[in-house]
Amino acid sequence: MRVVLAEDLFLLRQGLIQLLEAYEFEIAAALSSGEGLAEAIATHRPDIAILDVRLPPTFTTEGLREALRARRLVPGLPILVLSQHVEQMYARELLADGTGGIGYLLKDSVFDDEQFIDAIRRVAKGGTAMDPAVVSQLMASRARDEPLDALTARERNVLELMAQGCSNTAIAQRLVVTDGAIAKHISNIFTKLMLTQDGDNNRRVLAVLAYLNS
Amino acid sequence: MTDSAGATAAAVRFGDWRARVLRAIDGTAVGAAIALCAILSLGLLLLTAYSLVLFVVGIGVVARPVRWLCGVNRRFAGRSGVRVDTPYRPEPEEFRRDFVGWLSRSRWILTDPATWRDLLWLLLNTVIGLIGFVPAVALYYVLEGLVLAGGLWKTILHSEGDGSWYFFILVEGPGTALIAAVLAIALFFAWLQATPLILKAHAYFTRSLLGPTRRAALASRVRHLAETRSDVLETQAAELRRIERDLHDGAQARLVGLGMTLGAVERHLDDNREEARRLLRDARESSVIALRELRDLVRGIHPPVLAERGLADALRALGIASPLRVDVAVTIPGQLPQPVESAMYFSVSELLTNALKHSGAHRVDIKVWHEHGVLRAHVADDGHGGAVVERGAGLVGIRGRLATFDGTMEIESPLGGPTAMKLEMPCALFSPKTSSC
Repeated sequence: MRVVLAEDLFLLRQGLIQLLEAYEFEIAAALSSGEGLAEAIATHRPDIAILDVRLPPTFTTEGLREALRARRLVPGLPILVLSQHVEQMYARELLADGTGGIGYLLKDSVFDDEQFIDAIRRVAKGGTAMDPAVVSQLMASRARDEPLDALTARERNVLELMAQGCSNTAIAQRLVVTDGAIAKHISNIFTKLMLTQDGDNNRRVLAVLAYLNS
Repeated sequence: MTDSAGATAAAVRFGDWRARVLRAIDGTAVGAAIALCAILSLGLLLLTAYSLVLFVVGIGVVARPVRWLCGVNRRFAGRSGVRVDTPYRPEPEEFRRDFVGWLSRSRWILTDPATWRDLLWLLLNTVIGLIGFVPAVALYYVLEGLVLAGGLWKTILHSEGDGSWYFFILVEGPGTALIAAVLAIALFFAWLQATPLILKAHAYFTRSLLGPTRRAALASRVRHLAETRSDVLETQAAELRRIERDLHDGAQARLVGLGMTLGAVERHLDDNREEARRLLRDARESSVIALRELRDLVRGIHPPVLAERGLADALRALGIASPLRVDVAVTIPGQLPQPVESAMYFSVSELLTNALKHSGAHRVDIKVWHEHGVLRAHVADDGHGGAVVERGAGLVGIRGRLATFDGTMEIESPLGGPTAMKLEMPCALFSPKTSSC
């Protein structure tokens, strides 16, 4: 799997390269600033682009802007955005086109190799990976909504994991229950939130995110 | 189509006239009040002179009504669109309730140049203030002229029994009645035009003596700056103490713990690999928590989204993250100074938190815009109101935060709601198009 990487902190960039190479990813390009990022992506056509939100030269949301620009150049390009902080507004901008292949994680998430690599693979396949912090922000901003209040505690757990991008099997493993039980919870959640249930896991996750983000 | 357009235009004209007449009537009332003040001026002036002659301390007693009367006239001037600020030196904390207190109170009043300017105003106003009667007198003559022209000269006959004098006309028949009516109508228009002008002229006179002199204005400015500066220093010191404490008890302590854990890992690496593995997991979790704490701390110092996107998007992000329905409209055609942005962000953020916690509101409207060199924000919610500055430490904090920039906050929050907060901060925009203030 080929990766274009943009991260301005030398240590973190080297760490990411080592980690990715250890899991047999191929680094097509590793940049230290936002300049030329969209072009690098257009030339290398990687399977996924991994970017820091805040990059030189402006140290604002260079990475986010370039990511969205690259996605317009290469439609459907999977993007994983890393940041020191999460902002619901940025999540909304990333998810705006509603096609998936989007990840938005805190930088801490690289501490856990396996989950991090799992998130990269999921995003590269067109799935989503949202940091638990993003999801709890989303849930907090809908705290006063009636349909969400109607969910049981277990259903909320399932909803949170689903919004993070986990598959049914992954959710079942985390909550130590069977796949069947999870499928039942999900069907309840969709009924209570009045969402139409789609067979495809990715599309279901996107529907949930769109609901929480609206 | 044209008819209705014409009707609308007529309605507009009528509305315009209505407003003008109402304004003139209002002006007449204020003018009469000013003239009454002039008469009061005379009385007070005599009283002051008398008490000065009698005993210097007497001024302490008379000053209060003098200042009250001057205050009333400052407000009258304000109604004509001429702002007159109060020029007095601030009252010392508290006077003793004895003779010495009386003396020091009198000294405070006597040494204030504004007191003497007040007295000079009283003296001149005994004559100039009478001008305030002019509109009322004019209105009286308008009405008299119309009444006479209406045929009532027959009933209000003078002793001679052959008509009534209206100015130079002896109204005694239809011809002279018509002339009287024309005169009255002319006088009506003169009244309409002149009333606001007369009030404005008096307002300028009031400002020339009752407004602060340049010296007094500078003195009050210096006082304000000294006060806000010490507030700022205090707030900043408190903020730094809080950050120090948070770092000391938070990230710093966690890093110490992390170092110790790693030391233990080193010791166990050969003899107890299982234990070493467990400790490493602890260390990793501990570093995640330390990061989270640092992140929260950074957010409190300067929110990253404000640094990355500026005020408009930072406020939008606040709105998105709030469980309330928040509408954010920001129009700022340029770049604000960073300290102003930050102060406005934290103020609005505090108001939003208040609305969520205390008001029971469902929706909040946030409007922020920059005009005439002032950054303004309106934050309105549909909650049950009752917000008071003195009670909410948060609101006091916002007021202090804004005062640093000569900004102000006004609250309208009747019991039962809704609540509307108006924030203002004078500031320049960095932009070639907009000039500084």
